[in-house]
Amino acid sequence: MDWYTVFWREMVVLKKRLFKFFAGSMVSPLLYMIAFGWGLGRGLQVNGTDYLAFVVPGIIALSAMNGSYNATGVPVNISRFYHKTWEEYLIAPITPFSLVLGKTMAGCVRGSFSSLLMLALAYVMGTRLVLNLWFFVALFLTSFLFASLGLVAALVITSHEDMNQFGTFVILPMTFLCGTFFSVDKLPEWAGWLIRALPLTHASQSLRSIALGHGFPLASLLVLMLYSAALFGWGVHIARRVE
Amino acid sequence: MLSGEGRFLIRLEHVVKKYKSVIAVNDLNLHIERGTVFGLLGPNGAGKTTTVRLLTTLARPSSGQIIINGYNMNRDLVEIKRQIGVVPQHLNVDIELTVRENLDLHCRLHRIKHAERARRIQEMLRFVGLADRADDLAGVLSGGMKRRLMIARALIHRPSILFLDEPTVGLDPHSRRSIWDLIKNMNAMGMTVLLTTHYIEEAEALCHCVGLINQGRLIALGSPRELLQKVGETVVEYLEDGTTRNKFFSRREDAVSFAAGLRGSVLIRKGNLEDVFVELTSRRP
Repeated sequence: MDWYTVFWREMVVLKKRLFKFFAGSMVSPLLYMIAFGWGLGRGLQVNGTDYLAFVVPGIIALSAMNGSYNATGVPVNISRFYHKTWEEYLIAPITPFSLVLGKTMAGCVRGSFSSLLMLALAYVMGTRLVLNLWFFVALFLTSFLFASLGLVAALVITSHEDMNQFGTFVILPMTFLCGTFFSVDKLPEWAGWLIRALPLTHASQSLRSIALGHGFPLASLLVLMLYSAALFGWGVHIARRVE
Repeated sequence: MLSGEGRFLIRLEHVVKKYKSVIAVNDLNLHIERGTVFGLLGPNGAGKTTTVRLLTTLARPSSGQIIINGYNMNRDLVEIKRQIGVVPQHLNVDIELTVRENLDLHCRLHRIKHAERARRIQEMLRFVGLADRADDLAGVLSGGMKRRLMIARALIHRPSILFLDEPTVGLDPHSRRSIWDLIKNMNAMGMTVLLTTHYIEEAEALCHCVGLINQGRLIALGSPRELLQKVGETVVEYLEDGTTRNKFFSRREDAVSFAAGLRGSVLIRKGNLEDVFVELTSRRP
């Protein structure tokens, strides 16, 4: 249960900054929802679905991505290069697996919380979605995947500034290209294949398919699982390489 | 050998550490006795910090063996992590946690049971004089207090050896003296301590044995007094071509006779560890 110790530390900190965390994690998705859902999308339909109902699952996926990525990437990066507290874990008698699992689960909790907050907000705005166990499984997988990605990014970079570059070249393109605001089916075939290789596309598609009652998105859930396992394994591998 | 046995708590055998083409530690052989305070001295870039990183599992040797309390670093990494307490040079307390939470986290990482945790935390808070700051965020403590918290954190799991990397760097004289007292008290209780320092008077005040390291090699080893005897206990300090020179003599009479032949300002004095340090680290390898 060493992973739980690492997780416990993150939860102690989260408890102290709960209000800031919730307030901060709501701003971007709320703006997206107002701009794209209410503003641009009013009266629009996508594949026969009201645009607001279409865009909300995508924004929930986006929120999970940003929330969990930032929850691991930023603090681990700061603890490596600025506070140097990462060393405290490296000299502790715990395995790299426990360390990475604890950090990833903490990121996962933060990402899932900010998504659930978004879900509640959408409900208040009048959007009704199908919420079953698979919806929450897809949400957990999305958060786990991007928490792992954040950790990997924070561990592979060699300077504080590189973290921003990673966000600019990896996270930002996914925000706008992975079917959050539009249907990937509308893209040219070659672009569609490219976009379908990115994990956020499958996160949006899974959550949307379940939430709109369009069926069980087995392929997308499998892709999310594969990405999660690969990124988590990569994180453990890098954490083992201490120097 | 089983853990807890033998005269030497730490043994480094032909340890080499290379970073690409740079050899940071070069064939280092070092044995550190139990219950001593061992000082590792050397100029900047000599390999002190790399040696400490190797001993604290933050770096792996390119070749050679490190054995701590009978455990071989190549095989028993997790067990070695249980044996060591580490106070790094930089202040790395968790500023988002309170003083008590910092210690609690460390206890949990070392799997100290719940009932025992509270008792040890209280004990360590008293030992380092932070009992009245237990519920303050670590981020608001002064530099000296943070350093004391780091010492408490490093000791709370009762390690066999404590590593202190430049423990008093950047501290005011009062804080420095309080850290010295803590080190002396820990050693009086039987703790083996390895410290690196730039402050020669610190090594003289605290260390039973000193290792001088230069360009990744151990160039001298012994008590401060033994090292002084090695280069000569009496120093003649004189000016030559605008530069202060030191010449070392084993016998004072020889120093006096040498000084008699000099012109200008000449000082005959007892040598100290700083003289040994300057003399040995400025020699060509």
